[in-house]
Amino acid sequence: MTKEEKYKLANRVVNHALECGAQEVRAVISDSRNNSISVREEKIENLEQSIENGLTIYLFVDKKYSVHSTNRLDNREELDRFVREAIEGTRYLAEDEYRGLPDPDLYYKGGGPELKTFDGSFRSVDPQEKINVAFAVEKEVLGRDERIVSVTASYNDGMNETVMVTSNGFEGDRSNTYYGISASVSVKEGDARPGDAWYRSSLFYDGLDHEGIGREALKRALKKLGQAKIESGNMPMIIENRLGSQSLSPLIRALNGSAIQQKNSFLIDMLGEKVGSDRLTIVDDPFILSGRGSGHFDNEGLALKKRTIFEKGILKNYYIDTYYGKKLGMEPTSGISTNLVFEMGDKNLEEMIASLDRGILVTGFNGGNCNGSTGDFSYGIEGFLIEQGKIAKPVSEMNITGNMLDLYKNLAGVGNDAYEDAAWRTPSLLFDNVSFSGK
Amino acid sequence: MNLNRRNFLKTSGAAVAGTIILPPFFKSCSKLQLSTDVKNYLDHFEISTEVLGKVISEAMSKGGDYADLFFEHKISNNIGLQDGKVNIASSNIDYGVGIRVLKGDQTGFAYSESLEASSMLDAAKLAASIATNPASFSKGSINEKIPADYYRISRSWEDVSVKDKVPFVQKINDRIFSMDDKVVKVNASLNDETSYVLFYNSEGMLGYDYRPLTSFGAVCIMQKGKQIENSYSARSYRKGFEWLTDDLVEELAREAVDNTNILFEATKPRAGELPVILGAGGSGILLHEAIGHTFEADFNRKGTSIFSDKMGMKVAENFINIIDDGTLENNRGSLNIDDEGNDVKKTYLVEDGILNSYIHDRISANHYGVEPTGNGRRQSFRHIPLPRMRSTYMEPGPHKREDIIAEVDYGVYVDNFSNGQVKIGAGNFTFFVKSGYLVEKGRLTQPIKDINIIGNGPQALADITMAADDYKTDNGTWTCGKGGQSVPVTMGLPTVLVRKLTVGGVNA
Repeated sequence: MTKEEKYKLANRVVNHALECGAQEVRAVISDSRNNSISVREEKIENLEQSIENGLTIYLFVDKKYSVHSTNRLDNREELDRFVREAIEGTRYLAEDEYRGLPDPDLYYKGGGPELKTFDGSFRSVDPQEKINVAFAVEKEVLGRDERIVSVTASYNDGMNETVMVTSNGFEGDRSNTYYGISASVSVKEGDARPGDAWYRSSLFYDGLDHEGIGREALKRALKKLGQAKIESGNMPMIIENRLGSQSLSPLIRALNGSAIQQKNSFLIDMLGEKVGSDRLTIVDDPFILSGRGSGHFDNEGLALKKRTIFEKGILKNYYIDTYYGKKLGMEPTSGISTNLVFEMGDKNLEEMIASLDRGILVTGFNGGNCNGSTGDFSYGIEGFLIEQGKIAKPVSEMNITGNMLDLYKNLAGVGNDAYEDAAWRTPSLLFDNVSFSGK
Repeated sequence: MNLNRRNFLKTSGAAVAGTIILPPFFKSCSKLQLSTDVKNYLDHFEISTEVLGKVISEAMSKGGDYADLFFEHKISNNIGLQDGKVNIASSNIDYGVGIRVLKGDQTGFAYSESLEASSMLDAAKLAASIATNPASFSKGSINEKIPADYYRISRSWEDVSVKDKVPFVQKINDRIFSMDDKVVKVNASLNDETSYVLFYNSEGMLGYDYRPLTSFGAVCIMQKGKQIENSYSARSYRKGFEWLTDDLVEELAREAVDNTNILFEATKPRAGELPVILGAGGSGILLHEAIGHTFEADFNRKGTSIFSDKMGMKVAENFINIIDDGTLENNRGSLNIDDEGNDVKKTYLVEDGILNSYIHDRISANHYGVEPTGNGRRQSFRHIPLPRMRSTYMEPGPHKREDIIAEVDYGVYVDNFSNGQVKIGAGNFTFFVKSGYLVEKGRLTQPIKDINIIGNGPQALADITMAADDYKTDNGTWTCGKGGQSVPVTMGLPTVLVRKLTVGGVNA
């Protein structure tokens, strides 16, 4: 479907829903196209292509609310029936006075700068070239070390286009492309076969550099050989930049209107309070050029703004959508996080490691969870023991356990190495006094 | 499953009141001797055997060894309660065909959301390109496969209106609030899903399956002073609407309240290696993470699993039998045929302590020269099949629960979990304990909560020193993720003692 066809269909669905008795409607139509290729033992292992499309309608019927989606968009009569039946079903629900479309004044009205999230050349990349890239990545590793048991290299890409229309005046669209390359390598010594992966991604094909991905995956896997748990104890912990989202997500989840209103947050009533150390400063910036989370509006159509979430440890902003805003009596801000940007320190990872007498560098998480109501967490980890400022040996099969509020009060250092291949641009993070369990 | 009543293409997920809309008259196959059931499926997808033949021929046109078509129509519904009212409903319809071509261990795959012949032929052409030597393929005769019947239901979810479901969801909320003054919030939801599957492969096998799946549960949030705690209860089965009863509501409400209540008194254990008693039921997560995934033959075929060279070897005590079973009646993990058209079996992974079988899909069974075990599963027509678990459990052992507890001087007893994970190569697995108890001097004492437990699969399996006779299946809403695909599973265990695992906790 072209963008114009999507707008046409979305408007038709909105109008049909209004005719059938809905008072307010939002319709979202999107389609996407993805390719993935993985190679192993110098052969293509998997070659996959997907093309999909879908419609989602949000219905507000006599103060009742429901959401429906389908991928059967071709038959007009069937689609109309789908909308009609969805409206009938909605009538059986309980009324919810807080449901409704956003205040149109808060919608994005257009005119924002181009955020460069779409690569217009997506369809013209030669499929054979993609396969060649995957083979080139595999080739970097093959035969490099006797301990290698398996190497898989992958190329994948995708594009998505979404159009949203509401019955109270919002019309908007967004599109993005994505290209990624990865290598995963397993090595063997004794029974254990540790593995690791390395990957890189870009929103533009031209921005994708595959050089070194295979070698880095191999290097990381080999470093893990001999990994073992060490004695339990409290120590400083550094989390490698690309894993930062694991430690950050309970904090961000606790800022959501739904978590706060449903008492499933450990940051209820904490606006303006100091919840982390002075090192914790994070800005939500939706307008970064080619940022993974960049956009002008959220999934309700609310105009996004650059906002400070934490400033020197003080909580400045929640993520409040229209529904939970009404329930909480708060102004909606937008229900989603976009690009999260840390105020960075001046050390790179190596210098952070050098600053520690004894501690653990975490390079992988393994399961675990965080209790949303209390912030209590416990996660499996692997990584390296640091002694006298140097990597001493690989560790694994250990847990870290504590509370998120304590953890961020103990945030003692922020690296200068923000990970830019993700929306949450976490630098390497240093936390003091973390409880490790091992032997 | 008799499908006479539903050989029509239902458009809506928000099934209103069982409004039946008849399809345009469609004749799938006039000349062939096929059962009414399979004809109903062909009609359902508005597809003829001639078109099936054309698409499979296109898929095989580049010299593939094997090809299959997986048609799926899935209708999902959810109704939810928040702040005391059943105030949200959602539904989803997904429809299409996945086309796969195999050449040795290599896979070509594409799917189409349109079942127009031209769209399917395009997808088949792409999938075919995994092979590179044009070949002529002559399709043989069609042989119809009669599927097993592991999930009989009496009332299809498609015939159930939102109106009929609402009272159960409302009631679980009301019961939970009535049971304890500390309850401040309840979130409840009821899901149902109906999938129609039609399967055809280059060997001429034509099969079908009707797959109902439902889950019901509630999250309970309680507050005492400033302390807020939450827990939940949930069940899931391949059952119909008849499953919903007042007794079920009562059982789930009680469990959600009890699970939450216990947390107010809970502490954290000492950090480090401790003996771990796994209570009967949900502790089967140990088998799923520590053993199940590492037995999946795709990892072993590539040499990346820690169990890669262990077939036929002794891996556990003699009394240990571990099974992966897709045949349990109405079980969330059961299938009448797997997603590659194979019979689903009860598979002994470990028999009398000896590694007996991996978990196979078609590619790996072929690679190892064994019969498929019926573990080829996929999230949907959009995904390729992989070796996946179904219901993974351990048979009862020779010991008594009391004797196992009496054995431990200081350790933990765990029986309520939220999630787990494993690193296949290193064999390190974890599971997160929502709640349990400390074990001190042979007795369960203070409750514990929110700790992760980590261990090494082969070591943990060898360290199971006792297993009780109190086996229990956990019929919770377990969903297993692998390679970006989710599939429903279950698990089970008798009470078991693992000599030591690393337990998250506090350091003195």
